[in-house]
Amino acid sequence: MALIRTLTVAILFTLTLSAVAGGIEIREFDNPVLAQRYDDLTASMRCPLCENQAIGDSDSPISADMRERVYQLLQEGRADSEIVDHMVARFGDYILYNPRLERRTYLLWGLPIGLGVIGCLIVMLIVRARRNASAKALSADERARLNALLERQRSS
Amino acid sequence: MNRRRLLLLLPLGFLLVALFFYQRLQHDPSARDSALMAREFPVFEATTLRDANRHVDQTLLQDDVTLVNVWGEWCPACKQEMPQLLELAEHGIRMVGVNYRDTREKGMSFLNEYGDPFTVNIFDPEGSLGFDLGVYGAPETFLVDADGIIRYHHKGYISPEDVTERILPEVAKWR
Repeated sequence: MALIRTLTVAILFTLTLSAVAGGIEIREFDNPVLAQRYDDLTASMRCPLCENQAIGDSDSPISADMRERVYQLLQEGRADSEIVDHMVARFGDYILYNPRLERRTYLLWGLPIGLGVIGCLIVMLIVRARRNASAKALSADERARLNALLERQRSS
Repeated sequence: MNRRRLLLLLPLGFLLVALFFYQRLQHDPSARDSALMAREFPVFEATTLRDANRHVDQTLLQDDVTLVNVWGEWCPACKQEMPQLLELAEHGIRMVGVNYRDTREKGMSFLNEYGDPFTVNIFDPEGSLGFDLGVYGAPETFLVDADGIIRYHHKGYISPEDVTERILPEVAKWR
Protein backbone atom coordinates (compact mmCIF):
# COMPACT_ATOMS: atom_id res chain seq x y z
CA MET A 1 0.00 0.00 0.00
CA ALA A 2 2.75 2.36 1.04
CA LEU A 3 4.72 1.35 -2.04
CA ILE A 4 1.81 2.19 -4.33
CA ARG A 5 1.40 5.56 -2.69
CA THR A 6 5.10 6.35 -3.07
CA LEU A 7 4.99 5.30 -6.71
CA THR A 8 1.93 7.42 -7.42
CA VAL A 9 3.54 10.45 -5.84
CA ALA A 10 6.74 9.82 -7.80
CA ILE A 11 4.84 9.53 -11.10
CA LEU A 12 2.78 12.64 -10.44
CA PHE A 13 5.93 14.52 -9.53
CA THR A 14 7.64 13.52 -12.80
CA LEU A 15 4.57 14.55 -14.77
CA THR A 16 4.57 17.99 -13.14
CA LEU A 17 8.26 18.35 -13.84
CA SER A 18 7.86 17.53 -17.52
CA ALA A 19 4.96 19.98 -17.78
CA VAL A 20 7.21 22.70 -16.37
CA ALA A 21 10.13 21.69 -18.59
CA GLY A 22 7.83 21.94 -21.63
CA GLY A 23 8.00 25.68 -21.18
CA ILE A 24 4.31 26.28 -21.80
CA GLU A 25 3.01 28.56 -19.14
CA ILE A 26 -0.28 28.09 -17.37
CA ARG A 27 -2.50 31.13 -17.59
CA GLU A 28 -5.19 32.07 -15.14
CA PHE A 29 -8.45 33.46 -16.41
CA ASP A 30 -11.23 34.80 -14.19
CA ASN A 31 -13.67 34.08 -16.96
CA PRO A 32 -14.01 30.48 -18.22
CA VAL A 33 -15.29 31.73 -21.59
CA LEU A 34 -12.07 33.68 -22.06
CA ALA A 35 -10.04 30.62 -21.08
CA GLN A 36 -11.89 28.56 -23.69
CA ARG A 37 -11.33 31.24 -26.37
CA TYR A 38 -7.64 31.35 -25.46
CA ASP A 39 -7.37 27.58 -25.85
CA ASP A 40 -9.23 27.64 -29.18
CA LEU A 41 -7.19 30.53 -30.58
CA THR A 42 -3.81 29.11 -29.60
CA ALA A 43 -4.85 25.74 -31.06
CA SER A 44 -5.95 27.30 -34.36
CA MET A 45 -2.65 29.04 -35.15
CA ARG A 46 0.45 27.34 -36.45
CA CYS A 47 3.85 28.18 -35.03
CA PRO A 48 5.78 30.06 -37.78
CA LEU A 49 9.07 28.46 -36.79
CA CYS A 50 8.28 24.83 -36.05
CA GLU A 51 6.49 23.62 -39.22
CA ASN A 52 3.58 21.80 -37.67
CA GLN A 53 2.85 22.66 -34.11
CA ALA A 54 0.11 24.91 -32.88
CA ILE A 55 1.39 27.92 -30.93
CA GLY A 56 -0.46 26.44 -27.96
CA ASP A 57 1.68 23.28 -28.11
CA SER A 58 5.04 24.73 -29.01
CA ASP A 59 7.78 25.83 -26.64
CA SER A 60 9.62 27.93 -29.25
CA PRO A 61 10.22 31.55 -28.16
CA ILE A 62 8.06 32.98 -30.95
CA SER A 63 5.11 30.80 -29.93
CA ALA A 64 5.47 32.06 -26.37
CA ASP A 65 5.42 35.65 -27.69
CA MET A 66 2.35 34.91 -29.76
CA ARG A 67 0.51 33.28 -26.84
CA GLU A 68 1.39 36.30 -24.73
CA ARG A 69 -0.05 38.61 -27.39
CA VAL A 70 -3.24 36.51 -27.71
CA TYR A 71 -3.60 36.70 -23.93
CA GLN A 72 -3.12 40.50 -23.88
CA LEU A 73 -5.58 41.07 -26.71
CA LEU A 74 -8.17 38.84 -25.00
CA GLN A 75 -7.76 40.84 -21.80
CA GLU A 76 -8.26 44.03 -23.81
CA GLY A 77 -11.60 42.63 -24.90
CA ARG A 78 -10.80 42.15 -28.59
CA ALA A 79 -12.88 39.82 -30.74
CA ASP A 80 -11.46 36.51 -32.01
CA SER A 81 -11.48 37.79 -35.58
CA GLU A 82 -9.50 40.89 -34.58
CA ILE A 83 -6.92 38.75 -32.80
CA VAL A 84 -6.56 36.47 -35.83
CA ASP A 85 -6.22 39.51 -38.13
CA HIS A 86 -3.58 40.95 -35.80
CA MET A 87 -1.50 37.78 -36.09
CA VAL A 88 -2.02 37.28 -39.83
CA ALA A 89 -0.95 40.89 -40.49
CA ARG A 90 2.43 40.01 -38.97
CA PHE A 91 3.03 36.35 -39.70
CA GLY A 92 0.92 35.77 -42.79
CA ASP A 93 -1.80 33.30 -43.78
CA TYR A 94 0.72 30.53 -43.09
CA ILE A 95 -0.20 30.52 -39.41
CA LEU A 96 -3.85 29.65 -40.08
CA TYR A 97 -4.59 25.94 -39.93
CA ASN A 98 -7.89 26.73 -41.62
CA PRO A 99 -7.23 29.14 -44.49
CA ARG A 100 -9.90 31.80 -44.82
CA LEU A 101 -12.37 31.73 -47.66
CA GLU A 102 -11.36 34.55 -49.99
CA ARG A 103 -10.65 34.96 -53.69
CA ARG A 104 -7.16 33.50 -53.37
CA THR A 105 -8.42 30.37 -51.62
CA TYR A 106 -11.55 29.64 -53.67
CA LEU A 107 -9.65 26.98 -55.61
CA LEU A 108 -8.29 25.43 -52.41
CA TRP A 109 -11.70 25.15 -50.79
CA GLY A 110 -13.66 24.56 -53.99
CA LEU A 111 -11.50 21.85 -55.58
CA PRO A 112 -12.45 18.97 -53.24
CA ILE A 113 -16.15 19.81 -53.57
CA GLY A 114 -15.81 20.25 -57.33
CA LEU A 115 -13.94 16.96 -57.75
CA GLY A 116 -16.55 15.20 -55.60
CA VAL A 117 -19.36 16.54 -57.80
CA ILE A 118 -17.51 15.55 -60.99
CA GLY A 119 -16.87 12.07 -59.57
CA CYS A 120 -20.56 11.61 -58.71
CA LEU A 121 -21.53 12.73 -62.23
CA ILE A 122 -19.13 10.25 -63.83
CA VAL A 123 -20.44 7.39 -61.67
CA MET A 124 -24.02 8.35 -62.54
CA LEU A 125 -23.22 8.41 -66.27
CA ILE A 126 -21.50 5.02 -66.13
CA VAL A 127 -24.37 3.46 -64.19
CA ARG A 128 -26.90 4.85 -66.62
CA ALA A 129 -24.91 3.64 -69.64
CA ARG A 130 -24.67 0.13 -68.17
CA ARG A 131 -28.35 0.04 -67.35
CA ASN A 132 -29.26 1.09 -70.90
CA ALA A 133 -26.93 -1.49 -72.40
CA SER A 134 -28.30 -4.38 -70.37
CA ALA A 135 -31.90 -3.28 -70.81
CA LYS A 136 -31.59 -3.29 -74.58
CA ALA A 137 -33.33 -6.42 -75.83
CA LEU A 138 -31.93 -8.55 -78.66
CA SER A 139 -33.42 -8.02 -82.06
CA ALA A 140 -35.04 -10.94 -83.90
CA ASP A 141 -31.93 -11.40 -86.09
CA GLU A 142 -29.60 -11.41 -83.08
CA ARG A 143 -31.80 -13.92 -81.28
CA ALA A 144 -31.73 -16.21 -84.33
CA ARG A 145 -27.92 -16.01 -84.54
CA LEU A 146 -27.57 -16.67 -80.81
CA ASN A 147 -29.80 -19.72 -81.06
CA ALA A 148 -27.82 -20.98 -84.04
CA LEU A 149 -24.54 -20.59 -82.16
CA LEU A 150 -25.88 -22.33 -79.06
CA GLU A 151 -27.24 -25.12 -81.22
CA ARG A 152 -23.91 -25.59 -82.95
CA GLN A 153 -22.06 -25.79 -79.67
CA ARG A 154 -24.52 -28.27 -78.21
CA SER A 155 -24.27 -30.59 -81.23
CA SER A 156 -20.46 -30.54 -81.39
CA MET B 1 -12.17 2.24 -78.25
CA ASN B 2 -13.54 4.98 -76.06
CA ARG B 3 -12.74 3.03 -72.92
CA ARG B 4 -9.19 2.37 -74.05
CA ARG B 5 -8.66 6.05 -74.58
CA LEU B 6 -9.99 6.70 -71.10
CA LEU B 7 -7.57 4.14 -69.68
CA LEU B 8 -4.71 5.97 -71.40
CA LEU B 9 -5.68 9.11 -69.53
CA LEU B 10 -4.98 7.42 -66.19
CA PRO B 11 -1.17 7.13 -66.47
CA LEU B 12 -1.13 10.58 -68.06
CA GLY B 13 -2.95 12.04 -65.07
CA PHE B 14 -0.62 10.17 -62.75
CA LEU B 15 2.39 11.56 -64.62
CA LEU B 16 1.08 15.11 -64.36
CA VAL B 17 0.51 14.82 -60.62
CA ALA B 18 3.94 13.20 -60.16
CA LEU B 19 5.58 16.00 -62.13
CA PHE B 20 3.82 18.60 -60.02
CA PHE B 21 4.98 16.94 -56.81
CA TYR B 22 8.50 16.53 -58.16
CA GLN B 23 8.67 20.19 -59.07
CA ARG B 24 7.45 21.19 -55.59
CA LEU B 25 10.18 19.02 -54.05
CA GLN B 26 12.76 21.51 -55.30
CA HIS B 27 11.23 24.22 -53.12
CA ASP B 28 12.22 24.93 -49.56
CA PRO B 29 9.02 24.15 -47.63
CA SER B 30 9.82 26.80 -45.01
CA ALA B 31 10.32 29.55 -47.63
CA ARG B 32 7.47 32.02 -47.81
CA ASP B 33 7.01 35.72 -48.33
CA SER B 34 6.82 38.01 -45.37
CA ALA B 35 3.29 39.19 -44.60
CA LEU B 36 4.70 42.73 -44.61
CA MET B 37 5.78 42.70 -48.23
CA ALA B 38 4.75 45.93 -50.00
CA ARG B 39 3.45 47.29 -46.70
CA GLU B 40 4.73 50.15 -44.60
CA PHE B 41 7.42 49.50 -42.05
CA PRO B 42 5.62 49.12 -38.70
CA VAL B 43 5.22 52.14 -36.45
CA PHE B 44 7.59 51.91 -33.51
CA GLU B 45 9.27 53.91 -30.79
CA ALA B 46 12.55 52.80 -29.30
CA THR B 47 15.94 53.90 -28.06
CA THR B 48 19.18 53.04 -29.78
CA LEU B 49 21.62 50.37 -28.71
CA ARG B 50 24.43 52.86 -28.16
CA ASP B 51 22.45 55.63 -26.51
CA ALA B 52 19.55 55.00 -24.12
CA ASN B 53 18.59 58.68 -24.42
CA ARG B 54 18.28 58.77 -28.18
CA HIS B 55 14.73 58.04 -29.33
CA VAL B 56 14.00 56.79 -32.82
CA ASP B 57 10.83 55.87 -34.72
CA GLN B 58 9.77 54.71 -38.20
CA THR B 59 10.73 58.07 -39.79
CA LEU B 60 14.31 56.81 -39.40
CA LEU B 61 13.67 54.63 -42.46
CA GLN B 62 12.68 57.35 -44.87
CA ASP B 63 14.54 59.32 -47.55
CA ASP B 64 16.85 56.47 -48.56
CA VAL B 65 16.71 52.77 -49.39
CA THR B 66 17.67 50.98 -46.19
CA LEU B 67 18.56 47.42 -45.28
CA VAL B 68 17.16 46.57 -41.86
CA ASN B 69 18.92 43.61 -40.30
CA VAL B 70 17.44 41.91 -37.23
CA TRP B 71 20.22 40.40 -35.13
CA GLY B 72 21.17 39.37 -31.61
CA GLU B 73 24.34 38.44 -29.80
CA TRP B 74 22.78 35.02 -29.04
CA CYS B 75 22.39 34.23 -32.74
CA PRO B 76 25.27 32.27 -34.32
CA ALA B 77 24.21 32.85 -37.94
CA CYS B 78 24.28 36.63 -37.25
CA LYS B 79 28.01 36.36 -36.53
CA GLN B 80 28.59 34.46 -39.74
CA GLU B 81 26.77 36.98 -41.90
CA MET B 82 28.57 40.01 -40.47
CA PRO B 83 31.32 40.04 -43.14
CA GLN B 84 28.58 40.14 -45.79
CA LEU B 85 26.81 43.00 -44.04
CA LEU B 86 30.10 44.93 -43.80
CA GLU B 87 30.57 44.40 -47.53
CA LEU B 88 27.06 45.71 -48.22
CA ALA B 89 27.81 48.79 -46.13
CA GLU B 90 30.97 49.32 -48.22
CA HIS B 91 28.72 49.43 -51.30
CA GLY B 92 27.25 52.57 -49.78
CA ILE B 93 24.00 50.95 -48.69
CA ARG B 94 22.41 52.44 -45.61
CA MET B 95 22.21 49.75 -42.94
CA VAL B 96 20.06 49.87 -39.82
CA GLY B 97 20.25 47.11 -37.23
CA VAL B 98 17.54 45.87 -34.91
CA ASN B 99 19.16 44.49 -31.79
CA TYR B 100 16.58 41.81 -31.06
CA ARG B 101 15.97 40.25 -27.61
CA ASP B 102 19.39 41.20 -26.36
CA THR B 103 21.04 43.32 -23.67
CA ARG B 104 22.98 46.51 -24.30
CA GLU B 105 26.25 45.01 -23.00
CA LYS B 106 25.99 41.87 -25.11
CA GLY B 107 24.92 43.83 -28.18
CA MET B 108 27.80 46.28 -27.85
CA SER B 109 30.39 43.56 -27.30
CA PHE B 110 29.07 41.80 -30.42
CA LEU B 111 29.61 44.95 -32.50
CA ASN B 112 33.07 45.46 -31.03
CA GLU B 113 34.05 41.93 -31.92
CA TYR B 114 32.44 41.42 -35.34
CA GLY B 115 32.33 44.97 -36.70
CA ASP B 116 29.55 47.50 -37.05
CA PRO B 117 28.08 48.08 -40.53
CA PHE B 118 25.03 49.86 -39.08
CA THR B 119 24.43 53.61 -39.10
CA VAL B 120 22.22 53.03 -36.08
CA ASN B 121 20.90 50.08 -34.10
CA ILE B 122 17.33 50.04 -32.81
CA PHE B 123 17.30 48.52 -29.33
CA ASP B 124 14.49 45.96 -29.10
CA PRO B 125 15.06 43.94 -25.90
CA GLU B 126 11.42 42.79 -25.59
CA GLY B 127 11.20 41.87 -29.26
CA SER B 128 8.16 44.11 -29.78
CA LEU B 129 9.38 45.63 -33.05
CA GLY B 130 10.49 42.14 -34.08
CA PHE B 131 6.95 40.89 -33.40
CA ASP B 132 5.40 43.64 -35.54
CA LEU B 133 7.86 42.72 -38.29
CA GLY B 134 6.74 39.09 -38.07
CA VAL B 135 10.28 38.02 -37.15
CA TYR B 136 10.38 34.45 -35.83
CA GLY B 137 14.11 33.89 -35.73
CA ALA B 138 17.23 35.93 -36.35
CA PRO B 139 18.83 36.88 -38.64
CA GLU B 140 16.16 38.39 -40.87
CA THR B 141 16.74 41.26 -43.27
CA PHE B 142 14.23 43.69 -44.76
CA LEU B 143 14.78 46.09 -47.63
CA VAL B 144 12.85 49.31 -47.04
CA ASP B 145 12.49 51.82 -49.86
CA ALA B 146 12.75 55.61 -49.53
CA ASP B 147 9.01 55.84 -48.78
CA GLY B 148 9.32 53.45 -45.88
CA ILE B 149 7.71 50.51 -47.73
CA ILE B 150 9.09 46.99 -47.24
CA ARG B 151 10.21 45.71 -50.64
CA TYR B 152 12.23 42.58 -49.98
CA HIS B 153 12.62 40.13 -47.14
CA HIS B 154 15.52 37.76 -46.59
CA LYS B 155 14.89 35.07 -44.00
CA GLY B 156 17.99 33.70 -42.34
CA TYR B 157 21.69 33.81 -43.10
CA ILE B 158 22.94 35.99 -45.97
CA SER B 159 25.65 34.09 -47.81
CA PRO B 160 28.33 35.81 -49.95
CA GLU B 161 26.39 34.57 -53.02
CA ASP B 162 23.18 36.11 -51.67
CA VAL B 163 24.93 39.49 -51.58
CA THR B 164 25.65 39.55 -55.31
CA GLU B 165 22.73 37.45 -56.52
CA ARG B 166 19.89 38.77 -54.40
CA ILE B 167 20.56 41.72 -52.13
CA LEU B 168 22.51 44.01 -54.48
CA PRO B 169 20.06 43.57 -57.40
CA GLU B 170 17.11 44.24 -55.08
CA VAL B 171 18.76 47.39 -53.72
CA ALA B 172 19.48 48.57 -57.27
CA LYS B 173 15.86 47.90 -58.22
CA TRP B 174 14.36 50.05 -55.49
CA ARG B 175 16.85 52.87 -55.46
